[in-house]
Amino acid sequence: MLEEAVSPDAAVTPAADEMSVLEAIRGALLEEMKRDPRVVVFGEDVARLGGVFRVTKGLSDRFPDRVIDMPLAEGAIVGAALGMAIGGLVPVPEIQFLGFTHQAFHQIGAQLGRYRARSRGRYHAQVTIRAPFGGGARTPEFHPDSIEAQFVQSPGIKVVCPAFPDDAKGMLLEAIRDPDPVLFLEPQRLYRLIKGPVPRGEYTVEFGRSRLVKSGFDLTLVAWSGSVHRCLEAADKLQQEGASVGVLDLRTLVPLDVDGLVQAVSATGKAVVVQEAPLSAGFGAEVVATLQREAFLSIDAPILRVAAPDVPYPPGGLEDHFLPSVARILAAARETLAF
Amino acid sequence: MPPSEPWQLLDTEGKINGRSPMSRKQILEALRLMTISRAFDELCTKLQRLGRIGLYGPVHGQEASVVGSAMALNPKSDWIVPGSREQPALLRHGWPLENMFAAYMGRLDQATIPPGVKLLLRQQSIGAQLPHAAGLAWALKLQGLPGAVMVYCGDGASSEGDFHEACNLAGVMQVPLVIVLINNGYAISTPVAKQTAGNLAARALGYGFPGIAVDGNDVLAVYAASMRAVARARDGGGPTLIECRTYRVGFHNTTDNPNEYRSPDEVAQAITKDPIDRLQRYALQTGAITERGLAKMSAGIAELLDVTRKRVEAMPRPGADSIYEHIYADPPLRMQSQRKDALGR
Repeated sequence: MLEEAVSPDAAVTPAADEMSVLEAIRGALLEEMKRDPRVVVFGEDVARLGGVFRVTKGLSDRFPDRVIDMPLAEGAIVGAALGMAIGGLVPVPEIQFLGFTHQAFHQIGAQLGRYRARSRGRYHAQVTIRAPFGGGARTPEFHPDSIEAQFVQSPGIKVVCPAFPDDAKGMLLEAIRDPDPVLFLEPQRLYRLIKGPVPRGEYTVEFGRSRLVKSGFDLTLVAWSGSVHRCLEAADKLQQEGASVGVLDLRTLVPLDVDGLVQAVSATGKAVVVQEAPLSAGFGAEVVATLQREAFLSIDAPILRVAAPDVPYPPGGLEDHFLPSVARILAAARETLAF
Repeated sequence: MPPSEPWQLLDTEGKINGRSPMSRKQILEALRLMTISRAFDELCTKLQRLGRIGLYGPVHGQEASVVGSAMALNPKSDWIVPGSREQPALLRHGWPLENMFAAYMGRLDQATIPPGVKLLLRQQSIGAQLPHAAGLAWALKLQGLPGAVMVYCGDGASSEGDFHEACNLAGVMQVPLVIVLINNGYAISTPVAKQTAGNLAARALGYGFPGIAVDGNDVLAVYAASMRAVARARDGGGPTLIECRTYRVGFHNTTDNPNEYRSPDEVAQAITKDPIDRLQRYALQTGAITERGLAKMSAGIAELLDVTRKRVEAMPRPGADSIYEHIYADPPLRMQSQRKDALGR
C-alpha cells in the first residue's frame, strides 16, 4: 500500500520534535525500555560507551541491568539472543557494523529465522538486531558493507531500513514488538546528517509499506536507506532541468511493498533503482524482476540499476568511485527519460 | 587441573566405590530409560533398513552419559538444550514417546514439544545450540527465575566457534548453565585425537568455571557430577563443564558404515564397558531388581514401543501446505501469493 510523504501520525499527534536519525533511534529505545521491562539491549560497547556512534548513550545509566556490554563475539551475541527470547526477554542486540554480521551469519537466517518453522510454532524469536551500514563516511574495511540482500535470502527474517528520523522511531518500535526476528539496518552516514520531525508519543510504522517521499510524473527513482537522499538530490537537480522525478523509499525489503512499488512505477512508466551494494544479485535485481513481472505493460523503458561495481568495497579514499553517486544517478535518469 | 583419569563410581563389574548417589527408585528409572533408549535405537534402525523412516542416529554406547545427566534435572524448572543424540534425556524431560516417534517418522505437527515442557529443539548445525543455551540461562538469571539449563554437545562440537563463544559468554555472565560434553570418541569418522590436541574438561579453566571429566559409561558418576553442577548453577555459582568420556558403539547414523574407519576390535573392547550391563549388574547384586524384573521391564518396553509405533504410523503425513506454515506470525503478502500459486488457496 503506497503511502504519501505525510507524517504517519499527523492527524493524531500533531506535536513533533526536530531531531536526527540517531536521536530518533535512541529515543525509541528509551521509550520502549520504559514501556516493556523485558527489553534488553546488548552488544559490543553499547553500555558504558553508549555505542561507537553513541546511539545508546545514557541508556545504561537509566537501566543499568538491561543495557549490557558483550564480549567480542557476534555469534554468541546473536545466538544468545535466541535463547533469551525463548527465556522470556525481548532482546535487542546490536552488531557494531552490518559487515560483521558475517561472524554471526549462521545464527541469523539458519537459527533465528527458522526457529518458528522448525518448532512448528511452539517457539518464536522476538529479536531485533540493530546494525549500522552504508558508505560515504570513509570508514575502514567491512564497516560500510551493504550486504542486506544476503539476508533477504534467509526466509524467516524481516529486513528493514529507515532513511528518515520519523521512520527510524516508528520502525524500530514496530521491529521490537514484532514477534519475529527483524534485522534493523541503520544508515550510519545519516545518523547525524539527516534531521526531521519526529512525532511525539507512541506510534509504529507497519512493515511492507513503502513511502513516496517525492512525487513526480516522468520517472520514479527507487531506493532504500542512504541512497534515498542521493536520489532526492538527483530529483531536485532534474527538476531544475524541467523533469518531474519521484522518489520511492522502499523502507522494508522483507516484507516488500509490491503494490506500492508497482503503483509508483506504473504512474510514471519509468524507473531507475539505486543501491549501494554491488550490482549482481543485489536487492535491486529483485525490484526489477518484480516490476517486470507485475507491471510489464505499464513500463516504457528498460529499468536501469545504479549500483556499486562487482568488486570489494575499496578503501575510504576511493569510495566515491565505488558508491552510486548523484552524478551516476543523474546519468541513468537522463538516459531513461530520453528513451 | 582436572585429573587425567575420568572420575568413576561404578566399575565394569558393577562394583561401587563409595556410596550410591541414586536411590533404588532412581536406579530403576535409570535402567528403564537406558533400556528404552537401546530398544528405540534397535527398532528405528530396523525401520530405517525397511525404508519406513528416513534417517536415525543411535545413542548406543553413551546411554549413561545422557541419562545420568538428565536425571539431575527438575523438568518443571530446568531446561534441556539438546544436540541430536539425547533421546532418553528428552523423554525423561517430558517429550512424549509418541512425539519422538512422530519426529523420526516425518509427522511434523505431532512431533512438537508440548507447552510447559522445557526443551529446545534438536540441532542439526553442530554446536549452534550452545549460544542458545547460554542466552536461555542468562535470561533465567536476569529475570531472577529459578532453574538451570543443561546443554549437550559432543567432542566434534567442541571445535566449533560457537562452543568457544558460548562458554566464554557463560563464564563472563556467570549463568546457570551445565555443559554436558559427551566425548564419544568420534565425530562421524574423525577420532577425537584428530579433533583436539588438548584436554576437553580442562578448557573450562580458560572460561573461568570448573570442569570435570567423568566415566561416561558410569551412570552413577555422571549423575553425581551433574547433581553438583546443577546445584552450583541454581545457587548462582555459574557454569560447569562435564566431559563424559564414553564410546559411540553405534554408527554415526544410518548412512554411516563405521567399518570404513575403525576396527571391530576397538568396538568389541568398548562393548565390554557397556553402560547398561554395568548398571544391571549393580542392580542385581544390590537386589534393586531381579532377573525376572529385568525381563518384565524389557517386555513392557518392547510392547510400549510397538503400540506407539503403530499409532504414529497410522497418522497422516503432512501435506504441501505445511511448508508455508509457521514461518512468520504475519506472513508477508509475497509469501501468501506464492502459497496461493502453489496450492490454489
